[in-house]
Amino acid sequence: MNATMLRKLHQTPWIWSFVGAVAVWLATIAFTEGQGAGAIVTAALSFACFTVIVGTGQMLVITTGPGNVDLSIPATITLCGTVAMKVMNEQDSLLILGIVAALAAGAVVGALNYGLIRFLRIPPIIATLSMSFLVQSSAIAYNRGLRIKPPPALDAFTTGDTFGVPWIAILTVLFSVVVGIIVGRSYYGRAISAIGQNSRAAWLANIPVERFRFLTYVASAMLSAICGILLAGFSGGPALDMGSEYLLGSIAVVVIGGTSVAGGRASVPGIWGAALFMFLLVTMLNTFGASAGIRLVATGLIIIAVIAIAGGERESR
Amino acid sequence: MGTQPEQIVSLKGVAKSFGAVRALAGVDLAVGAGECLGLVGHNGAGKSTLMNVLAGTLAPDSGAIEIHGKDLAAGYSVTVAHRNGIRCVFQELSLCPNLTVAENTRILHPALKGFGWKQRAGRLIKEKLDEILPGHGISPGDTVGDLSLGQRQMVEIARAFTVTDDPLHLVILDEPTSSLDASTAQQLLEFVRREVARGRSVILISHLLGEILRYSDRVVVMKDGKVVAERPADRFDRDSLVGAMGTVVEHHAAVQATAVRERSGTPVVVRAKSALQTDDQALVAHRGEIIGLAGLAGHGQTRMLLQVFAGAVGRMHGVDVQGPVAFIAGDRQTEGIFPLWSIARNVTVRSLPRMLRHQLVDSRREAEMAESWKQRIKIRTPDMDNNILSLSGGNQQKAVFARALGSDAEIVLMDDPMRGVDVGTKLEVYDILRAEAAAGRTFLWYTTEMDELNYCDHIYVFRNGRIVADVSREEMTEQKILQSSFKESA
Amino acid sequence: MTALLLNRDLLRRALPAITLAVLLVAIFIKQPLAMSQFGLTLMLQYAVPIALATLAQMFVIAVNDLDLSIGSFVGLTTCIAGLYLPTEPLLGALLLLLCIAAYVAMGALIHLRNLPSIVVTLGMSFVWLGIAVLLLPTPGGKAPEWLHGLMNLKVPGVPFPIIAAIVIAAVVQIGLMHSSYGVVLRGTGGNPKAVARAGWSLLKTKMVMFGLAGSFGVLSGLSLIGLTSAADAHIADRYTLYSIAGVILGGGEFIGGRVSPVGAVLGAITLALAASFLIFLRISPDWQIGAQGAILIIVLALRAAITRGSAR
Repeated sequence: MNATMLRKLHQTPWIWSFVGAVAVWLATIAFTEGQGAGAIVTAALSFACFTVIVGTGQMLVITTGPGNVDLSIPATITLCGTVAMKVMNEQDSLLILGIVAALAAGAVVGALNYGLIRFLRIPPIIATLSMSFLVQSSAIAYNRGLRIKPPPALDAFTTGDTFGVPWIAILTVLFSVVVGIIVGRSYYGRAISAIGQNSRAAWLANIPVERFRFLTYVASAMLSAICGILLAGFSGGPALDMGSEYLLGSIAVVVIGGTSVAGGRASVPGIWGAALFMFLLVTMLNTFGASAGIRLVATGLIIIAVIAIAGGERESR
Repeated sequence: MGTQPEQIVSLKGVAKSFGAVRALAGVDLAVGAGECLGLVGHNGAGKSTLMNVLAGTLAPDSGAIEIHGKDLAAGYSVTVAHRNGIRCVFQELSLCPNLTVAENTRILHPALKGFGWKQRAGRLIKEKLDEILPGHGISPGDTVGDLSLGQRQMVEIARAFTVTDDPLHLVILDEPTSSLDASTAQQLLEFVRREVARGRSVILISHLLGEILRYSDRVVVMKDGKVVAERPADRFDRDSLVGAMGTVVEHHAAVQATAVRERSGTPVVVRAKSALQTDDQALVAHRGEIIGLAGLAGHGQTRMLLQVFAGAVGRMHGVDVQGPVAFIAGDRQTEGIFPLWSIARNVTVRSLPRMLRHQLVDSRREAEMAESWKQRIKIRTPDMDNNILSLSGGNQQKAVFARALGSDAEIVLMDDPMRGVDVGTKLEVYDILRAEAAAGRTFLWYTTEMDELNYCDHIYVFRNGRIVADVSREEMTEQKILQSSFKESA
Repeated sequence: MTALLLNRDLLRRALPAITLAVLLVAIFIKQPLAMSQFGLTLMLQYAVPIALATLAQMFVIAVNDLDLSIGSFVGLTTCIAGLYLPTEPLLGALLLLLCIAAYVAMGALIHLRNLPSIVVTLGMSFVWLGIAVLLLPTPGGKAPEWLHGLMNLKVPGVPFPIIAAIVIAAVVQIGLMHSSYGVVLRGTGGNPKAVARAGWSLLKTKMVMFGLAGSFGVLSGLSLIGLTSAADAHIADRYTLYSIAGVILGGGEFIGGRVSPVGAVLGAITLALAASFLIFLRISPDWQIGAQGAILIIVLALRAAITRGSAR
């Protein structure tokens, strides 16, 4: 009985990220003697959404195999957030147009990323990095970092909540459920897992490897675009450094969430647990009055501790 | 038994378990000086585990490892094994592809250091290679990654016989000829005999029973983690050896001359021309045929199969394929299995698009397919949901077969798929292939084993990437295939 | 046929040097004044710390890992050097040795627990930065005299950074590519199982490589503060990306232990020069960073074209 439960726990490594999130939250409210417990949760849910959205894209990319990673996420967030706000021009009537424009920009970035990897044979880490330089420059040249306010409807949507549950959180949870089903049960999900484990074997099993890799990079960039739109709405306009924390953030939540860094195994729920954990951890350290340095050291050590305790990849042979 | 020669190694009661699986159930094995010991058994019989124990890469749960009469089991390791003159050439190659041949030699010899080590290492390996295979064309400065599979195997074997400070008494060769063509394999084994004549000992593991019978002094048969038979080689023959391994030799009386179909009888489903072909010779397959791709290893057969595959799933110049294809890889570790998945998922992956309901994979149909193929191809597992790696190598390969045979493919491409598969499994699979071909499936089969060509309706012999001979079943003789393989380009 | 193959192979190996030469020529055409000892020294001064950081990254990449923390590590070492070396040199040296020991421990942890290096080093990048911020919340400190003197050494005729780069490249090239233990270290990246089966300790090789990475990270930090004469926790944040790009530009590959110390140094110099080149081109500051991305893409595309040609 106990043994089977333990094994089950071992098979669902993402559970730990939730355990961690709850523990950190409890520690925080113990310190504040219960004050602001709800507000902390509301804030955590809001901020986690952005990490979850880009983390999901990063997870898909990482799942397609060793070496695959999307480092253009921060630049794409910035560019697409800027494009959306500029097209929307603070008017609700242009909302849809702005969203479409931002998604299109994201799709282009994703397609270019893939093109560099596939046709110029550049390793993904360098390809997406180089692309991020170009995208970042485009964002700077496009708007020079001027702050354009989001249209009122977007502002209201991204900051609204019901009984303390932010609307974007509800939407993002629904999104995660859909992605969970796609990853777990669709042909696409199976295929990227196969590609991640052994792309040559996947090709020889008649899986259209290149089409799915293309889709994955485009999906990741388009999710960055969505994140950019929501983030610009949430924080009252785009900023040139709005994406910067999501470079490491997106990778960290994927890994802490139990997705295999070597590819082939994705974990959608884990991203939520990890995103909440990371936000609550910083909140806790802030509450304890820790300085910026301490906060950084603690964050780093905890990332390492989590991965070291959860253990590395099984020997694949 | 007569007078025992001096014993190099004596394993006594060696046992090893992996979880619930008992890989070695108390094995006794002795090797004398100047002896070539043939070791045979099915996949999963425990040969590789035993050799890993002897090489020091795996610690046994219990038992004694006596070398020159001293028990060294406590604290036994690779280093101890090397120091006592025991080396192992593993089945999967153990060279660093990013290093040169000389540098790889250095990896094995801690003594090769200090000023001028590179020259010394180069000389050492070159002398040994020259001795095994004059005219090998391998230079000590070549990067291993640029060598062909066969050349790498040569280098690794030559390296195992080089000597510096440590003595050399026993070399374990695990499937040493798997990537070599027949003539190179023969040269290598002749070399092994010369080493044995010099007083060195060799343990030879091979699935090619002919090699074992011809080149070893004594044969040991393993089954289920135990030694089940042990005799001088001349007191075994092929059948008694197969019998000792526990294979029920279902009558397979070397392929009855099943009524030879007229080649033009069925429509052409594959027509492919090699890019290197200078004349009009193309590979042609009619529906329901088993087409053999023969010739020396690495002369363009695999490339032809990949070309046909690429032509079927995409577009490819010079290739015309009618109908869906499936590919059965020979090197299952790098091209076949998905190590994170269950056996069932490994079987169904090729057929998923057929199993979608509302865009999602129908788990019931998936389980049905897995279960039915478990029965048909006899995958030995309690549960198809177990991880693929829980299977022995031969059974993993069966899963790869099931993946292709269970798919909607009308044309199946096989890239020397029986590499390192035991005789029992082979016979089972041959029967299935024949039944499938009779039912209208077409097979393109690259094989390095002459026996397997007997199952083919038509054979194309490859040399230097080209088809140099086009042989029908009736005309096929071993002689003819070999002649074509060595013939200068027509 | 073989001659052509050889040529392509040679071309691929020479590509890092060719890239650098083309860039230099372009700079001289655009700005002839740069072709002086002073001009070159000025343009190349940051090449030394970048080259050292790139070599640090190369040691890690050679054993199939990736170090996402080298930038913040270099930042931390400048802080330690700036704070303690001028006043309490012993304490400073001890702390720097501790930093190297931490790298060795990181390598051991990655090996023993079989952890993905990108995650561990990602976490460590927070730790290094955090410690640096704790030590030196605002930019400050100063370089010890001898270090400042060394980095601003004037050798008649040849710009100092070029001499330094040649010495560094030669030392690492001999140590890693020609020594007998270097073979084992690189073999660990090529086929770890094979190296273990030959009786070598993978734990040890990994610790040695991470130790070397840490040592070169410290050297990078020291040379950096020798140039800037003030320390800052964020001073080298970019070095993480520079170092990875430098290794790849220099012909290294992420997996399989295929690296080239000389190439890595050339790659690092190319990156350092590219920044100057863009300034000479008077590219709008908006597009400076984008142009760096473009240069990276062009060079890698060239390499891919050459490699693909030689594969045929």
